Amino acid sequence: MATEASRQQPVSRLRGFYAAGVVPWVGRLLVLLLFVWLGVNLVKTPADFGILLVEGVTLGLVYGLIALGYSLVYGILELINFAHGDVFMLGSWMTLYIGVQQIGLTDSSSTGKIIWGLALTLVCAAAFCALLNAAVERIAYRPLRNAPRLAPLITAIGASFILQDVGLHQLGPAPVSLPNILPTSTVFSIGGNNYTWDHLIVALTALPVLGLLVWLVQRTRQGRAMRAVAQDQEAAAMMGINVNATISFTFLIAGALAGVAGLLYALYSTNIQFDQGFTLGLIAFTAAVLGGIGNLPGAVLGAIIIGLIQQFNEGLSWHAPGSDWTQSIVFAILILILVFRPEGLLGERTPEGG
Amino acid sequence: MTATAAASENILELEDVHTFYGSIEALKGISINVRQGEIVTLIGANGAGKSTTLRSINGLNNPRRGRIRFQGRDITRSSAHDVVKRGIAQSPEGRRLFPRMSVLENLLMGTFQREDRNNRKAVNADLDRVYSLFPRLSERKQQKAGTLSGGEQQMVAIGRALMAHPKLLLLDEPSMGLAPIFVERIFEIIGEINSQGTPILLVEQNALMALDIANRGYVLETGSVALADDAKKLKQNEQVQKTYLGVD
Ligand SMILES: Nc1ncnc2c1ncn2[C@@H]1O[C@H](COP(=O)(O)OP(=O)(O)OP(=O)(O)O)[C@@H](O)[C@H]1O
Ligand SMILES: [Mg+2]
Repeated sequence: MATEASRQQPVSRLRGFYAAGVVPWVGRLLVLLLFVWLGVNLVKTPADFGILLVEGVTLGLVYGLIALGYSLVYGILELINFAHGDVFMLGSWMTLYIGVQQIGLTDSSSTGKIIWGLALTLVCAAAFCALLNAAVERIAYRPLRNAPRLAPLITAIGASFILQDVGLHQLGPAPVSLPNILPTSTVFSIGGNNYTWDHLIVALTALPVLGLLVWLVQRTRQGRAMRAVAQDQEAAAMMGINVNATISFTFLIAGALAGVAGLLYALYSTNIQFDQGFTLGLIAFTAAVLGGIGNLPGAVLGAIIIGLIQQFNEGLSWHAPGSDWTQSIVFAILILILVFRPEGLLGERTPEGG
Repeated sequence: MTATAAASENILELEDVHTFYGSIEALKGISINVRQGEIVTLIGANGAGKSTTLRSINGLNNPRRGRIRFQGRDITRSSAHDVVKRGIAQSPEGRRLFPRMSVLENLLMGTFQREDRNNRKAVNADLDRVYSLFPRLSERKQQKAGTLSGGEQQMVAIGRALMAHPKLLLLDEPSMGLAPIFVERIFEIIGEINSQGTPILLVEQNALMALDIANRGYVLETGSVALADDAKKLKQNEQVQKTYLGVD
């Protein structure tokens, strides 16, 4: 009784604030301050603002590919796949290993070689990460399907450490740089700030992948099976759906997306590191929660917003906290959403709580 | 000779089935069968093991001991999706609709494992059949299943099972939570489905109506079959009358 009462207290206190209208008021004030800050920066340095906007969307699309993996898996198992960020990191490593070390792509490779080389690398990275992610599910999560929630959460963290160690073994502790394989010539300039082809190519690769995923989930038989399993596993089985195969398929798709993201990120930043899965995983996970975890368009929207926030924070000149603070800001956003709007921007408050 | 004839007519046979939840033995050796064209009812008190019997048949809880045969084939250890493909569909306890899908999408989920699922004509004919059994559903095709009333959800659950073209239909308490007038209508519909050729295994709390419509019945008591007989005879049985029909 006593523990129950003390557990309920913070919630009811929060409800009190809600009733008094304090919480929405604080929230609105924060959003208002954010817009004032953005507005002042827009007026002071419109060119910087413009390019950061475009760069933010580009980065957001890469984050979106990762965020979708968290959301897909959460949607179907209500499990946060902590190993997902590390699968993404190994996608970047595959890009280095296959694209640079095996195929030998450099900044001076011919256009033809770059195209087939990258296409091959993309297929390898996506396939490798898909299989890896499905293997993680098979080994670390499936045996614990009926165990208490905490158990798969702990093995997820364990799987994350293992994959990170694989990355550490392959990449070493220091950042590894890749050659500028994609052309870095200018597509357009905004007041002296250049948007380059490599970034445009990254954005243009992410878009059809996102489209493909929407089509897969909304229009195909496999997608229908995924949606059914996400809503009620037993009922799905009673429809003739192979639940385990559908869950494996979901991990394959999530892994493939992480592989594509790993490749795009490696090409985009030309710098990879064994622990990027943790930092970028956190960003992408926040994006998924911001959009409404389990909600696929929400994950992409959240990722673009986070991409913008990161770029604005690191690039604007008037009172921007700067890159030192990016992680803190992302974490703060995560906490604020979890406290004030756990269903995210696009998620609904459903009776089942999903 | 008559024994073999009867056995070959059996579409479903359970032989000494023991099913467990962890270490709890919910079914302690149950033997029942359903013959082609029949309605067979399982009645019994709460917790007797009626739903567990259905879950043992449809592969959600495989028995630990005993044997289940469907159309002569062993399905004791089959997984749920295989059992459905073999032709056993069900309207489960608690309806178990997909709450965020529309009524139409739920009904179409029933066709998931059908070979002719992409044949628009066949699927539409089946939808029309469901809508003619439950006209109310045709007005609510696009409504999310999670927002339907309990009775409407029951109609979708039965309709969804019919969309699977089952060779055997399992119904778990189809009258639960329905208004009395609608309970009668549901039993009429069960009769209609059966007369169109589908054998039915019916679990019901409403023992009176279940025994009225069924050919045969089994009375379950704490995981065992206490009585098995023609439905008419069970209805006359003194013990059944006292315990399940409320007759003094
Ligand atoms: N998931 C479970 N875990 C443990 N025990 C269970 C589980 N499901 C059912 N049981 C137990 O198995 C026994 C049979 O349950 P079952 O659901 O088959 O009963 P029923 O005849 O369908 O009852 P009702 O009329 O209430 O639906 C009960 O004692 C129940 O407590
Ligand atoms: Mg029951």
